[in-house]
Amino acid sequence: MNGAHDMGGVHGFGPVIPEADEPTFHAEWERRIFALALAAGRAGQWNLDMGRFARENRPPTDYLTKSYYEIWLAGLEAMLAERGLVSADEINAGRPLGEPKKVDGILSHGNVEAVFARGRPTERPASVPARFRIGDRVRAKNINPTSHTRLPRYVRGRPGVIERLHGCHVFPDTNALGKGENPQWLYTVRFDARDLWGPEADQLLKVSVDAWEPYLEPADQAH
Amino acid sequence: MSHEQEHGGDRSHLSEVELRVRALETVLEQKGYIDPAAIDLLIERYEKRIGPRNGAKVVTKAWADQEFKKRLLTDPTQALASLGYSGMQGEHMAVVENTPALHNMVVCTLCSCYPWPVLGLPPVWYKSAPYRSRAVVDPRGALRDFGVELPADTEIRVWDSTAEMRYLVLPMRPPGTEGWSEERLATIVTRDCMIGTGLPRLPGGKAP
Repeated sequence: MNGAHDMGGVHGFGPVIPEADEPTFHAEWERRIFALALAAGRAGQWNLDMGRFARENRPPTDYLTKSYYEIWLAGLEAMLAERGLVSADEINAGRPLGEPKKVDGILSHGNVEAVFARGRPTERPASVPARFRIGDRVRAKNINPTSHTRLPRYVRGRPGVIERLHGCHVFPDTNALGKGENPQWLYTVRFDARDLWGPEADQLLKVSVDAWEPYLEPADQAH
Repeated sequence: MSHEQEHGGDRSHLSEVELRVRALETVLEQKGYIDPAAIDLLIERYEKRIGPRNGAKVVTKAWADQEFKKRLLTDPTQALASLGYSGMQGEHMAVVENTPALHNMVVCTLCSCYPWPVLGLPPVWYKSAPYRSRAVVDPRGALRDFGVELPADTEIRVWDSTAEMRYLVLPMRPPGTEGWSEERLATIVTRDCMIGTGLPRLPGGKAP
């Protein structure tokens, strides 16, 4: 979706303000929501891409005025409610108002280390050869789905070069919709800043994104 | 945007959000969806045990050991796993090397993707609108916000982490550190050096 989360190149947010000796968390509730969101994912009721979409899928004003962990809270609440796990009424009441739903499992103390040391690799076996080779000139497609995508607006329609090939990975655009992992070849595509931002851009700047094959077309293709 | 919002926005409605998270945790626990001991262990893991000290060990080992450096650049996920750094948000790693001609910088314009096993959780500025918006269009300006001024003829490469590849910058070893132990070298390899928004600096000195 063309949401407020897609920030590359937006002006007006002001300077970056680093914080000296920054703590990992700034409040106890941030610790809790961080861990609750990760642990609740273990119930198997959503995947990584559904989680991302739940956080970005909100009005721009809401996205931009919530803090980072407030967005995590809002995203988690939305997913729990949509799947009938926890209702807004239950959170308002501070106690369960119905029977729990059966879930795939929970994150137990005993399996935290194993689960997090393994992570969630997204690479999958390839079923077809890669369409592009390193050095190929490509163009990021001009797509504007209202659902989840990981092709940022600032590269859409722009020409670039295939620089790296990373194997086949779970495709977020279908995975977020519950339409399957649909693994696709993943590339690092390098763009010259002038192709992104015009002739006045920094001549010594190159920017890359990691893009799945369905996001790309040969550079000479009409667009 | 107020100063408070830029630093997390938590102070203006602390009680409201704190109460809501507490209520949510209670419901999740009473419905049997979470194990409270696992929640505490997860927090401990990411607050106390995993952080940029891990990445600093990787960098100093690469500076000291050419064979390791070669593996780190060609097969980073395996090279990092050999030191015990693997797992969540580091499943597929890339290590990018700074040179006198090229400076690398990492961002996630779409959310907050960051290599947890080597750097821990990202700082607020990395997740903030100012950094995410500016890194890809004006990285030299963003670097100035960190007090870093690159030579005008240095090429800049910005890596936008839009997929599950996670990037670690291998900074250049500063001159004047010959003969330093890896432990001493690690003291100058800051988190920002490994994101590309900082450079290793000698105590009291300037970056090369």
